[in-house]
Amino acid sequence: MAAGSPDRLAPIRQGWARLFPPRPATGAVVMRHVPGWRVIAGKELTDHVTSVRFLVLLVILALAAAVPLYFASGQIRTAAQQVSGGQAIFLALFSLGSDQFSFLRADRFIALLAPLLGIAFGFDAINVERTDGTLPRLISQPIHRDDVINGKFIAGLGVIALTLAAMITLVTGFGMLRLGIVPDISEIVRLVLWLALTVLYVGLWLAFAMLLSVILRRAASAALIGFGTWLAIVIFGSLVITLAANLIAPQPASINTLADQQQDLSARQTQQLITRLSPATLYVEATSALLMPVDPVTAQGGAANYNARSIDELIQAADTRRIPSLLSIDQSLLLIWPHVVVLVAMTVALFAAAYVAFMRQEIRA
Amino acid sequence: MTTPPDEGPRPAVRGIRAKRDSRRRLAGAARPSAAVGELPADPRAVIVARGLTKRYGDFTAVDHLDLDIRPGEVFGLLGPNGAGKTTTVLMLLGLSEPTSGTARVVGLDPARQPLEVKSHVGYLPDNVGFYGNLSGRENMRYTARLNNLPGSVAEARIQGLLSDVRLSEAADRRVDTYSRGMRQRLGIADALVKEPSVLILDEPTIAIDPSGVDEILALLRRLVTERNLTILLSSHILGQVQSICDRVGFFSAGRLIAQGRLAELAGLAGGGQLTFEVGAEGDQADVERVLQTVIGVKRVTHDPVDPRWLVVSSTDVAASLTAALTAAGHPVVHLRRRGEDLLEIYRNLVPEETDGRRIA
Repeated sequence: MAAGSPDRLAPIRQGWARLFPPRPATGAVVMRHVPGWRVIAGKELTDHVTSVRFLVLLVILALAAAVPLYFASGQIRTAAQQVSGGQAIFLALFSLGSDQFSFLRADRFIALLAPLLGIAFGFDAINVERTDGTLPRLISQPIHRDDVINGKFIAGLGVIALTLAAMITLVTGFGMLRLGIVPDISEIVRLVLWLALTVLYVGLWLAFAMLLSVILRRAASAALIGFGTWLAIVIFGSLVITLAANLIAPQPASINTLADQQQDLSARQTQQLITRLSPATLYVEATSALLMPVDPVTAQGGAANYNARSIDELIQAADTRRIPSLLSIDQSLLLIWPHVVVLVAMTVALFAAAYVAFMRQEIRA
Repeated sequence: MTTPPDEGPRPAVRGIRAKRDSRRRLAGAARPSAAVGELPADPRAVIVARGLTKRYGDFTAVDHLDLDIRPGEVFGLLGPNGAGKTTTVLMLLGLSEPTSGTARVVGLDPARQPLEVKSHVGYLPDNVGFYGNLSGRENMRYTARLNNLPGSVAEARIQGLLSDVRLSEAADRRVDTYSRGMRQRLGIADALVKEPSVLILDEPTIAIDPSGVDEILALLRRLVTERNLTILLSSHILGQVQSICDRVGFFSAGRLIAQGRLAELAGLAGGGQLTFEVGAEGDQADVERVLQTVIGVKRVTHDPVDPRWLVVSSTDVAASLTAALTAAGHPVVHLRRRGEDLLEIYRNLVPEETDGRRIA
């Protein structure tokens, strides 16, 4: 590093050099070929970490972790007494919240915020390079054109994954230190899987935001459309889906006869199918299966859960009954496997669309 | 992928290799459209284009461009906005795929080996942009990393280039605070980080004040002599770049309508005639009479704009005009050969139909 330059990461780099002293140079300078996407991802990561929006992300995530934790830590003692053996009690840190406000739960908060994070780190990925005139200079360097979009996607995903991992680790540490509960191996695995699932879900929205940033020349319109979509899905999503499902397969007025019941069943199945078109539903269901490992079948007690429309509701219903019948991890995974596959497919499709659009675009503004 | 930076450019050798390469590739190519018969006329040419064409739908941005640029040469690509200059440059860099035709840059095909071409060619885009939140040095450092330069080599090179473009003082300031001229100079330094053998500059003097233009041109002139660079620059402001161009090519509506040395083009534009502007003191009627007596003079007319005479001749009569006027007691106050100015050449070459898309 040249003397006098304000290297923003100098303290970190110095600390790192102290921990891992660089190997002495052996003879001639060997040029290691670093692929272009890694250079770009490195630069983007530095930009993200030093940006204002990263600070905002930290504050929001800290609130999303701290507020539910406050309620959860009050409730967890009573919950611990109810759950025999205290199994899976650690996960309750993330899935318990206020009695009055059901949404004040860490997992619900994350489900709400994840799209926001993805959009916030992706909506200006390509279009700002274009409006600032840096794109022609960037791709006139000896790199492939896709290095730009790949590097930016990986950097965005990386910074979100790091922050989420830090948040989960902090909550875990708080639980161990202040509440005196220790996660067992299966709970740790579940938390890691949940983290991976969340990163995947954020990746989906990041890919969507990058698609917008490629298609729309102005960052402001990309942000507007991105956040608009998020609002539409989170707030009006379930409403629209219920209306649509009712139009396609109306529920019967009563379920007295067998025919009524059959119609009711098919109506519910249709509704479930349509609901699962939304990635938000898929994520919430998969999260419930991972964080609340209650067997929905044994717990529901026959027809008691007839009204449940999704895995989520099924588990919720089971949860209120507090029947401690736990699923093993592989059984939980089996339950959410289709969800994960669909989420991956959606992410890949969105990123592929962004990729193709970017590759076909002319460089000139 | 990238060649070691220490290896200096050897244009002659590369040029020969370029020819051999292109011949081999063209012979075995699965592209019948590539004109096999039209190999580079100049075996040393660094940039060669043959029938290079780019179409966007019905619109033809570049129409069958043939170009040869020799090593160490400054070639000016001149033409009005929208004439296809930037499109040509992007095709030469491999950033845009030609619809038909071929190009060779330092002996490589930009459409097939874009990475190799881009590691040999420095590019200053039209309206160059930098990351405003980073300093000039950090911006260049990023470019160096993208070129896979080891840190120590890059730092020394960046320092040297920054002082070359007189930005050492501002090197660690955010680019946000730079003026337009400073950004342009930083852009030139940035394009040179990879130590290219060819420099392509798109409108390097646009939107810069006159003193800034002079500074950039002086910088480019120095680069050519010191680094033996080949420079291709595009501009729509002829007057600003004519002083540094060895050869120029005139672009109009996607076609290269003329190329060559300025003197050649001046002759071409005048249709074998030379025009002199003459101003002399004394009785103007007598001045006209004296001018008409000079051998070689075909016609003497009064300049419609300025109070002086326009002398049309078939040979260079400047010396005899001066001698005749002085002998007759009319001190010469103005003598200039018309057509050496790029603007005049361009006016003569581009037909009127190009409705106001002429160069200002």
